[in-house]
Amino acid sequence: MAQDQQTGITLEVPSKAVSDEAPMVFRTEDLEVHYGPFRAVREVNLDIRQHEITALIGPSGCGKSTVLRCFDRMNDLIEIARVGGKVLYHGVDLYGPNVDPVEVRRRVGMVFQKPNPFPKSIYDNLTFGPRLSGIKKKDELDNIVEQSLKSAALWDEVKDRLKSSALGLSGGQQQRLCIARCVAVKPDVILMDEPCSSLDPIATARIEDLMKELAKEYTIIIVTHNMQQAARVSDRTAFFTTEVNEESDRRTGVLVEYNPTSKMFSNPDDTRTEQYVTGRFG
Amino acid sequence: MAFTTPATMGGASARSITEGLTKRGADRKGKIIEGILVGLLGLSLLVLLTLIVDLLTSSWSVWTTRPGDFLTTNLNSQSAAQAGVGQAIRGTLILCGIVILVAFPLGIACAVYLEEYAGRSWFAKIIRINVRNLAGVPSIVYGLLGLAIFVQAMSGFTGGRTVFAGGLALSALVLPIVVITTSEALRAVPRSIREGALGVGATPWETVRSHVLPSAAPGILTGTVLSLARAAGEAAPVLLVGAATGLLRTGNQSLMDQLQGPFTALPVAIFSYARQPGEDFRSVTAAASLVLLAMVLAMNAVAIWLRNRYERKW
Repeated sequence: MAQDQQTGITLEVPSKAVSDEAPMVFRTEDLEVHYGPFRAVREVNLDIRQHEITALIGPSGCGKSTVLRCFDRMNDLIEIARVGGKVLYHGVDLYGPNVDPVEVRRRVGMVFQKPNPFPKSIYDNLTFGPRLSGIKKKDELDNIVEQSLKSAALWDEVKDRLKSSALGLSGGQQQRLCIARCVAVKPDVILMDEPCSSLDPIATARIEDLMKELAKEYTIIIVTHNMQQAARVSDRTAFFTTEVNEESDRRTGVLVEYNPTSKMFSNPDDTRTEQYVTGRFG
Repeated sequence: MAFTTPATMGGASARSITEGLTKRGADRKGKIIEGILVGLLGLSLLVLLTLIVDLLTSSWSVWTTRPGDFLTTNLNSQSAAQAGVGQAIRGTLILCGIVILVAFPLGIACAVYLEEYAGRSWFAKIIRINVRNLAGVPSIVYGLLGLAIFVQAMSGFTGGRTVFAGGLALSALVLPIVVITTSEALRAVPRSIREGALGVGATPWETVRSHVLPSAAPGILTGTVLSLARAAGEAAPVLLVGAATGLLRTGNQSLMDQLQGPFTALPVAIFSYARQPGEDFRSVTAAASLVLLAMVLAMNAVAIWLRNRYERKW
């Protein structure tokens, strides 16, 4: 158990055993991302395994969101971003020449930091994705809406107002709707970029429970600022930090350590990890 | 630890605090500036009011003697008693229709390309800067463009000095404005909406069609209606393209004939009536001006109503 020296808070670390035999979903090989002339993050080597929750933690600016956005090619939207190295998805390089980012995003869904429901009804938010893949029958869509809302633990709260605007929901409900929207297209992987940072503790707890539930069917990668959250929900944790580039005085993110969460929070290999998780650094 | 009450802090008495808090006239400068601002606002409103009152009194004889007749009869530079704005109103409406059909789709398409597809390439940057420059080009220059291109070079297509050529000239005039206002409306749609759509596997076009355009629609609509009002009020391009200023005998024919024959528009009618001598024509001019003013103000009112009705907060 890692213990904070100053406050004496003990982090609860799940003793869940992680198996190295689970099939590999993602493998990054010397992944690096440049924004224009600056290298935002370098030499990231990660193996993401099926039906596990992998947490990416580290101080602000360490490149963890940048790395997350490589897994569904969201970095394509930032024009100055260039990705080097490889991101293998079931062995296929996502940045290979013939890979269609649209097809990648149908398999790898994303939940964003701020809830971003479409300014439409709850029902339309959930059916947008399925409709894109050609599902048109009403009973089929109705079924998807119900199933995805149930898996996002939102069905009971909204089942009577599916046709009302999604913007009328509370922040926590909106975020669960975004998770449901993501689940509705039946992806393989769900990426979550600080999904609880704009939510209160109760809503956060609900989303965390939800993540554990979803991990039975989906592979989840989550970026979080909250170490307790990483300790509570994840199976493996990757700790990133920043190092100052002497030539340009710009910071570059670097992967320090990647291990099962229980090890990361009890006896990490790297002293920087230990300092960070005990609150003495970062 | 005991807390001190405000009254005992620093030894100030409750009375001196009351005096301090209720002191009046502290912000004298602010009051003066506020007064000046109100005065200036009144002044600009006064100008508009004077204009409307003057137009109303000058045109009073027209409105009291033959209002319906004036609004429906033809352009006539010979006799003020027979002069009307019927053709001019029809002409202006047809011109507006052409602008809606030509400039709006074209301008919106340009803006969608520039904002959603072109990105940061130097090509897109040059286009953006030049669109802004085009919006500042004086309308008379667009008139010359219309004369050279739509009347002469494209006469086989437009039929020469027709309302069609005039509509195209006005479309060219408002096109940059439509592009700019549409671009701004598209830029106001938050990035998170695009990310949300792309994140569930939408293509860029599906994202634009299903989410970005509907979200930007109120802004686009407001901007386009305002640019329509601008087009309706322009005289110079239509004059150069060859709108009739004198007696226009044709006018009560079919729509097809009107599209292919000589035409006129409200601003042109005002210009032509203003050039005629005599008190009678003064009141006709004022009446025609009032009609144009009412049309333009009505369009602006529609734009404001649309904006308030559909405005979306993120």
